[in-house]
Amino acid sequence: MTEYMLILISTILVNNFVLVQFLGLCPFMGVSNKLETAIGMGAATTFVLTLASVCSYLVYNYLLLPFDLAYLRTISFIMVIAVVVGFTEMAIRKASPLLYRVLGIFLPLITTNCAVLGVALLNIQRDNNLVESILYGFGAAVGFSLVMVLFAAMRERITVADVPSPFQGSAIAMITAGLMSLAFMGFTGLVSI
Amino acid sequence: MGLLTLSSPHTHNQNSTQHMMQMVILATLPGFVVSTWLFGFGTLINITLAIVVALGCEAAILVVRKRPVGFFLNDYSIVLTAVLLGLALPPLAPWWITVIATFFAVVFGKHLYGGLGNNPFNPAMLGYALVLVSFPVEMTTNWASSIIATDVTASFSDTLSIIFAGASSDAWTGATALDSYKHLITNATAAEIAQQPEFSGFLNAGWAWVNLAYLVGGLWLVWRRIISWHIPLSMLVALSLCSLIIGWDADMYTPLSLHLLSGATMLGAFFIATDPVSASTTTRGKLIYGAGIGVFVYVIRTWGAYPDAVAFAVLLMNLAVPFIDAYTQPRTYGHNKAKRGLYQKQPK
Repeated sequence: MTEYMLILISTILVNNFVLVQFLGLCPFMGVSNKLETAIGMGAATTFVLTLASVCSYLVYNYLLLPFDLAYLRTISFIMVIAVVVGFTEMAIRKASPLLYRVLGIFLPLITTNCAVLGVALLNIQRDNNLVESILYGFGAAVGFSLVMVLFAAMRERITVADVPSPFQGSAIAMITAGLMSLAFMGFTGLVSI
Repeated sequence: MGLLTLSSPHTHNQNSTQHMMQMVILATLPGFVVSTWLFGFGTLINITLAIVVALGCEAAILVVRKRPVGFFLNDYSIVLTAVLLGLALPPLAPWWITVIATFFAVVFGKHLYGGLGNNPFNPAMLGYALVLVSFPVEMTTNWASSIIATDVTASFSDTLSIIFAGASSDAWTGATALDSYKHLITNATAAEIAQQPEFSGFLNAGWAWVNLAYLVGGLWLVWRRIISWHIPLSMLVALSLCSLIIGWDADMYTPLSLHLLSGATMLGAFFIATDPVSASTTTRGKLIYGAGIGVFVYVIRTWGAYPDAVAFAVLLMNLAVPFIDAYTQPRTYGHNKAKRGLYQKQPK
């Protein structure tokens, strides 16, 4: 039980996928203009990332390993993620049209989120079992959403600040992301996983 | 002619940015005097250097941005940043640490966001965190030794040569109390550590006096209504609760007295966390913000790799402030419900 807690703390704070491992930066910079969209993106990514880490674990251990095809893992994970995203989109559209409208364009965008592929590959590299893989994926997604939502709230405030003209827009956003990363370095050494 | 008609409210206080900043600088005086008295002139030199660099950087940026230099330099906000940074840095740190930290604080912390009132992070703590992460050795070994009993502090000329000429400072420096206690407690009981001169008596320790002096200055600020009580109180309460609940076993964790009265606890609670720009602005937001800092201070001090945690805790809560503010908006007059978070901006 302690070990599972440590995995969650590690992925959410200490080894945060965005601010410490620098994965999933494209949606982090691209969809964080507004708090509303950031929350939608965070929710969708959490769902897909958890599901994708389960599916990729199953595919790797019950399909690729028995047939000795481990070298195909990158391409098969990309397939798995695309399928999961497509399936999620269809399922949500059927089950809850309202949620589908809220998430909208963000669902297909998740396919290109490198954090999703990164989690699937890291799960194998770290020899995680099924439960650990689920928690690792879920923690990574929660960390991603947390940082993304906080960043979006900050950016809304920065857009009305009197930023010098060469630094307006993406430039100051990137500087802010760097400073957030500096703040997250405070967690160094908290958990050694 | 005194016939000018002004509309209400007819207030008569001198509430200006300049006045507030001067009051806060004044309130750091007790802590500054006690730490200079006990630990030598290092802090004085750090502060002087930081103020010179900060004023220089700010003036240069204002000239480049074609803003009125005198007006902005005169609001004392950058002097306060420099003073806090000078107080926070190790007293015997080499001069370039102070210069780098101040430059980063003024340029990246403050002016890239548009100057006073716009910076999302506390500039002084950004500068401190940058040098702590970049130069961990210089930042952890240059603290003045914290035993009063030895009664030796480096003379003014010795301090100058340590800071500017890189002379060896080993005779006067040691790890901070928090740091050494954390290492001692891993293989000794609390009773054994209490035998050591550094931890033997409560009033024997320099750090406790410095923190009490900052507490006095901070309470004066609360009394003068320069800062509100919400942030310091919730931070200290959260830190104490964590220490009492998680650290109940005295033989395994640092005691509450050391958490409250060593390191930068009081300086952080009353002077750094209460920065009116980067802290939360709503009443409930302030309580959450302060409590978050207290919890992070405890967590990073206890399990983290860095000896003290106030800088990181403040920065971590700074980045949550816009979100906290959005979700703790008070109900406005004439509305049944408060408009919070996503519902804030939606037109009715």
